[in-house]
Amino acid sequence: MTIQLTIDGEVVTTTEGTPLVEVAAANGTYVPTLCHHPGSPCLGTCRVCAVRVNGAIAASCSLGARDGMVVEVNTPELRDLRRTIVEMLFVEGVHNCPSCEKSGRCQLQAVALDMRLEGARFPYRYPDREAEHDAARIWLERDRCIFCQRCVEFVRDRETGKKIFSISRRGERARIELDVELADAMPPEQVAEAVDLCPVGAILAKGVGYDVPIGQRRYEAWSLRNRVLGRRPS
Amino acid sequence: MGLDADAVLTRHGRDRTRLLDMLWDIQRAWGHLPEDVVAGIAEGLGTTANDIRETASFYHFFHTTPGGRYRIYLADTVVARMRGYDEVRARLEQETGATFGGPPDPTGSFSLLDTPCVGLSDQEPAMLVDSVVFTRLRPGKVADIIAQLRAGATPEEVANPAGLPHDDVAYVDHLVETNVRTKGPVFFRYPTDYRSLIRDCLVLTPEQINERISESGLRGRGGAGFSTGLKWQLCRSARGERKHVICNADEGEPGTFKDRVLLTRSPKQVFAGMVIAAYAIGASNGIVYLRAEYSYLIDYLQRQLDEMRADGLLGPAMMGRKGFDFDIRLQVGGGSYVCGEESALIESCEGHRGTPRLKPPFPAQRGFLGEPTCIDNVESFATIARILEEGPEWFRAMGTADSAGTRLLSVAGDCSRPGIYEVEWGTTLSAVLELVGAQDPMAVQVAGPSGECVSVAADGARQIAFEDLACNGAFTVYGAQRDLLGIVREHLKFFVDESCGICVPCRVGNTELLRGVDRVMAGHAAHADLDEMVRWSQIIRGASRCGLGATSPKPFLSTLQRFPDIYRSRFRTPHGVMLASYDLDEALAGYDAAMRELEEDVS
Repeated sequence: MTIQLTIDGEVVTTTEGTPLVEVAAANGTYVPTLCHHPGSPCLGTCRVCAVRVNGAIAASCSLGARDGMVVEVNTPELRDLRRTIVEMLFVEGVHNCPSCEKSGRCQLQAVALDMRLEGARFPYRYPDREAEHDAARIWLERDRCIFCQRCVEFVRDRETGKKIFSISRRGERARIELDVELADAMPPEQVAEAVDLCPVGAILAKGVGYDVPIGQRRYEAWSLRNRVLGRRPS
Repeated sequence: MGLDADAVLTRHGRDRTRLLDMLWDIQRAWGHLPEDVVAGIAEGLGTTANDIRETASFYHFFHTTPGGRYRIYLADTVVARMRGYDEVRARLEQETGATFGGPPDPTGSFSLLDTPCVGLSDQEPAMLVDSVVFTRLRPGKVADIIAQLRAGATPEEVANPAGLPHDDVAYVDHLVETNVRTKGPVFFRYPTDYRSLIRDCLVLTPEQINERISESGLRGRGGAGFSTGLKWQLCRSARGERKHVICNADEGEPGTFKDRVLLTRSPKQVFAGMVIAAYAIGASNGIVYLRAEYSYLIDYLQRQLDEMRADGLLGPAMMGRKGFDFDIRLQVGGGSYVCGEESALIESCEGHRGTPRLKPPFPAQRGFLGEPTCIDNVESFATIARILEEGPEWFRAMGTADSAGTRLLSVAGDCSRPGIYEVEWGTTLSAVLELVGAQDPMAVQVAGPSGECVSVAADGARQIAFEDLACNGAFTVYGAQRDLLGIVREHLKFFVDESCGICVPCRVGNTELLRGVDRVMAGHAAHADLDEMVRWSQIIRGASRCGLGATSPKPFLSTLQRFPDIYRSRFRTPHGVMLASYDLDEALAGYDAAMRELEEDVS
């Protein structure tokens, strides 16, 4: 059913139930996301896409469009809120962009650059998280993990459907685990997909490092914002 | 010992949704969850060992590594700390030779662990030795218990020397006090004939029951206060082959214990409420999700359910009514506060981590196993039984315009008569304080850490009601001598420990807020820091995924509003351009330490 709602005061038309974050993009309003993976079930974990809907803060990936909704995206308060959540992720893990294999194609980095993030209001924690190196082709760098759950929910063993990535513990001690046996059974193209699915540099393929020249990497060649909005590279 | 994976799987029908039950069986047999047994369970369920650990490691009562022969969980609560917790804790370490959070003692007899509120705030300090509870602890009592355990007695024998049968209320009464201080109008009044009540309800149509519940004005007693009648109607009209009724007995809010007392004194009133709900919405399956801390109630509650089955009040074709089949099973949790959130509780019932789901859809539409589910609090179900007994008008006549009926309060802290009180909604804070014999009260934690810390001087005339001071049942009194900032810290720490970790604002933000309060306590904060912390609080509350994050900053926010001096008195005046939190002396001390280390390395 076609419905109407407003985004930052502008009336837009869409189909009922379309995730708000996609309605916004289709109408030229960029809302940053990290866990959101178009076409896959909603995860709703990062909360970076927070907007106001009829006055209340909501994750725009997890809410479907309904007629008459009043959506606010680009108010100073909401920009600061989304920025704060990104800052939380930067202080929680270890994100040394210049030395990271995923630099230039990291969604967290791209979101931060788009926000012109230069530092964080919280002290950096520099956690000492154990890396997982036991698998033959996959390397799990937990320092960089933002716990978005994409790998846990969307990467499965192709034969059995079993989880390859899983969670252990809870709260700030929660972390991603890798089933080494199943990881070793992943065909190379599935490894590449998993690396690509990870919005940061936590899942990496062994034997591959800095394989694209600086300046030509994914979000350098075509910015995240322009990709989301369907605009050509500038 | 010796229980293998296959036996556990068989016992639970190889049903993945019964994973928590399987984990309990394994842990009771082996003392922990041995790797090979977990692998066997995984294989039997067609999944990976990591997937089993994903669930197990979420809950703090499950252990993947061996501990001492007995695990002792001492409840670390604000009320326990008012009642000699520190001495008891020290004595436990001294007598066992183990340290809290550390490895077992050298003889392998004892592990000491911290645990949040175990629902015994009226008789703290309290501890669980495995699943056996001990209350009103004193250093001498602790020494005696440990000595008996060392001499070979089991926790069960120490707690229950007379060998009272576990399914008898005498056993429960022997372990814990119920401290019921009021009788009626809704609770603890007189024995009800549940057979007649259910029979009378089954004469009505489900629609008529729903109408009565709506007319009564009942709002959910778990805390959120959603209209029960509306929820039932949504659930009744939701499409689904099968529907479920779940009783939320995961009473984890620090300071509450009313559900424990209801389940002890009036279990059939609660179960009758569930039967009525099942009839009204068309459900066939019932679950009571009992927090693991209340494991000493399991056999007693099972017996109550058995008695109801024998009376024909549960089971197929109830009271000869073809097509109305409803039974109830107990699901014991694994230790997690967030499982009190309805969708996290459903996840847990399905054998998963207690991660709150995204809403919508709500449980009434898609709940347990994706099917329509009516989930209500223990007190709600008990209230429902009475509403159907006395009529909605009788109930509606009590309370206030927006809060019909009465509310059970779990009263603890600085008062002479802690225990369970039934008050009409609309009763003022001062009236409750007088009723319970409050001693020089300064503040009251209304509705626990997720509620409000209010000032007795400023808020005494306020009413306990959804339209004023909403209350989930916890009512903890703080006397003038108490360190409120220390209490705020305890509560924030509780939320950090209990956050499921799935969303960023709650997982990261609550830790930052706790560190902020630590800076205030250390005298390293200035006014600007508090402004920042208020902003973080708004973000955590607004952007988090579930009710935990939506309420976790409240200990900070409500005390900042009512008792600003507890913060102001610790401010540091900033000097020049340096942040107040920057400690120059500490920074310089670091230099000296580094130089010393360097010299040691060289020499």
